[in-house]
Amino acid sequence: MSSRDLILGRVRRALADVPDAAEGPAGDGSAYEAAVDRGYAREHGGRTPEETVDLLAENLADYRAIVHHCAAEELPELLARLLAARGARTVLAPPGLPPHWLQAVDATRVRDRAASTPHELDRVDSVVTGCAVAVAETGTLVLDGSADQGRRRITLVPDHHVCVVRVPDQVVSSVPLALGRLDPTRPLTWISGPSATSDIELDRVEGVHGPRTLEVVLMSGE
Amino acid sequence: MSGGAFVGMPAFPPFPRAAHEAVRNTTLRANLRHATHTIRDKRARAVAELDDWAELREAGKRIKDETLRHLDRYLEQLEESVVRAGGTVHWAADAAEANRIVTELVRATGETEVVKVKSMATQEIGLNEALEAEGIHAYETDLAELIVQLGKDRPSHILVPAIHRNRGEIRDIFREEMGAWGRPAPDGLTDTPAELADAARLHLREKFLRAKVGVSGANFMVAETGTLVVVESEGNGRMCLTLPETLISVVGIEKVVPTWRDLEVFLQTLPRSSTAERMNPYTSMWTGTSDAQTADGPRAFHLVLLDNGRTDTLADEVGRQALRCIRCSACLNVCPVYERAGGHAYGSVYPGPIGAILSPQLRGTGSEIDASLPYASSLCGACYEVCPVAIDIPEVLVHLRERVVQGGEVTRRGVKVTLKPARGHAAERAAMRAAGFVFARPGALRLGQRLASRTRRFHPRTLPGPGRAWSAARDLPKVPAEPFRDWWERTRGGAAQGSGRQEVSGK
Repeated sequence: MSSRDLILGRVRRALADVPDAAEGPAGDGSAYEAAVDRGYAREHGGRTPEETVDLLAENLADYRAIVHHCAAEELPELLARLLAARGARTVLAPPGLPPHWLQAVDATRVRDRAASTPHELDRVDSVVTGCAVAVAETGTLVLDGSADQGRRRITLVPDHHVCVVRVPDQVVSSVPLALGRLDPTRPLTWISGPSATSDIELDRVEGVHGPRTLEVVLMSGE
Repeated sequence: MSGGAFVGMPAFPPFPRAAHEAVRNTTLRANLRHATHTIRDKRARAVAELDDWAELREAGKRIKDETLRHLDRYLEQLEESVVRAGGTVHWAADAAEANRIVTELVRATGETEVVKVKSMATQEIGLNEALEAEGIHAYETDLAELIVQLGKDRPSHILVPAIHRNRGEIRDIFREEMGAWGRPAPDGLTDTPAELADAARLHLREKFLRAKVGVSGANFMVAETGTLVVVESEGNGRMCLTLPETLISVVGIEKVVPTWRDLEVFLQTLPRSSTAERMNPYTSMWTGTSDAQTADGPRAFHLVLLDNGRTDTLADEVGRQALRCIRCSACLNVCPVYERAGGHAYGSVYPGPIGAILSPQLRGTGSEIDASLPYASSLCGACYEVCPVAIDIPEVLVHLRERVVQGGEVTRRGVKVTLKPARGHAAERAAMRAAGFVFARPGALRLGQRLASRTRRFHPRTLPGPGRAWSAARDLPKVPAEPFRDWWERTRGGAAQGSGRQEVSGK
């Protein structure tokens, strides 16, 4: 007998006392949804879109992300300033990043290729991306690998990540609302502040393996 | 047999003996007290932010229960989804089989080293030791796991395996051991947590960048989509999940959830319960493999579904609720016994209250340590209060105590067996039998009570023989000069003599 059959057989025998276990959930999932009481909130509290953006900014900052606000036409100037202040000589941009975002930047633009090695990425100073959705209640950015966000590794290996959020369109209040906007078949990375650890005396310290500096630009009016 | 299911596990002393040693270690006591109290207060604040916590907890419980009810269907659905997305699914009935599968998969790549994300399942099966025996080096990349691995130590906490170490001890381990494993610790390393984290970053980076094979566990697996989820903080998880060409995930079968939407519950309750954060820094979700064109992550993905005692646990109607556990470790942080005894005393990779009900079910109660674990609790119930999936740990503890003392039918490796009553509890059983006999016979009870009252001045302060341990930390109750029943008969509750007592029955 294969281990698969062995384990599934054990599961079925283990559930012999459960009355309708053998019948299984209805194919359309309706029986499952009826059994799970989702009495929890879709979002916590009522907020205007502007207030939701404010909450996002507050929670991002609370976990040590550096938050900037700008209008769409100010973005190239702001990005140039952030990268210059960082002293970045090279900046990586995913293929679908709007070209004008980096038009004022002095740093050399590095292209991400499928064949780029992790060591090459490690030599890049900064990375600039968009995002798929941002969650206000938790201060979270979600990247889904779209053309303006690129492969997961480009926002991981470089030490400085600048993420542009289009507000208020890309901002939702809560985790349940965010999941509804996302496509599970895409590779997803949820980012809440810079890399951190609680492993020394259960106290949070920022800066381990991921980017140690996370800057978030909340861009309005596009 | 139970020892064989957990490869690489030495024989552990029973909990009382191990705890007796641990509580005398003042450094350990101070480290644990500091860490658990810090996190306790923070968790309470993080939970208080959500006014629907009770509903989230209930939903989490129901999701897990419904999944367990139809676990076979959801596992089949998960397998189908993962395969459709380009992954390969393997099934491992026990630790040895899982280790064999992973070893062969690594061998097939031609590599001799792997990078690992912290995973309870791979610790449970002793994967690192099994790989080492086959000439494959496994590098732990989680900071606390690194501390444990470098210090040739054992993990003592689910979330923070090196919680028993303070910053000074960590600095010493880094200084002395890092050089033997790769890049040495920087000169002049101090004990500030930021510097220690930086030393780990430098030490591990070269390993991440050259790694070809990653090994992980998973916090959740979504049956309908085939999506796996890893929740982490440092970014070592992202490194292991995205940079290597081959990814092998070893996951317990109870980690499956039916729908994508179910994540909305656990992504709210898990971070707040474990690290007391609104959200942990990084969560990775992936479905199958990436194609050559996008090249976003591993081209080969293997999922190893692990039983190793889980189906046996599922067969126990009371004990199966332990399989709801999402490994947040809130129960450890709040437990007065864990705080004092530390994680090592539990003799398992699952310490604390959840370990006390999980280990004896996964491994059986055949060994001394596993038979003693259901007693590693004062039954205060704090663990149940904080559990985000409402596991009634005290209920399961009492249930397992009964099993140890009285024996009975259990399932081991899929087969129903009848356990004999444990030998160590003969005196307890004799006492209970005697009590049962006496309480059923009023004459014998009266006689016994009168005898006890007359001889009261000769009663010892502590019990002799097998009762000595029990009375070492408890006072024996003083026997009154006259048994209550005699006093009642003589005075009618004090009324007959007009002794000023109130009538009790409210006539």
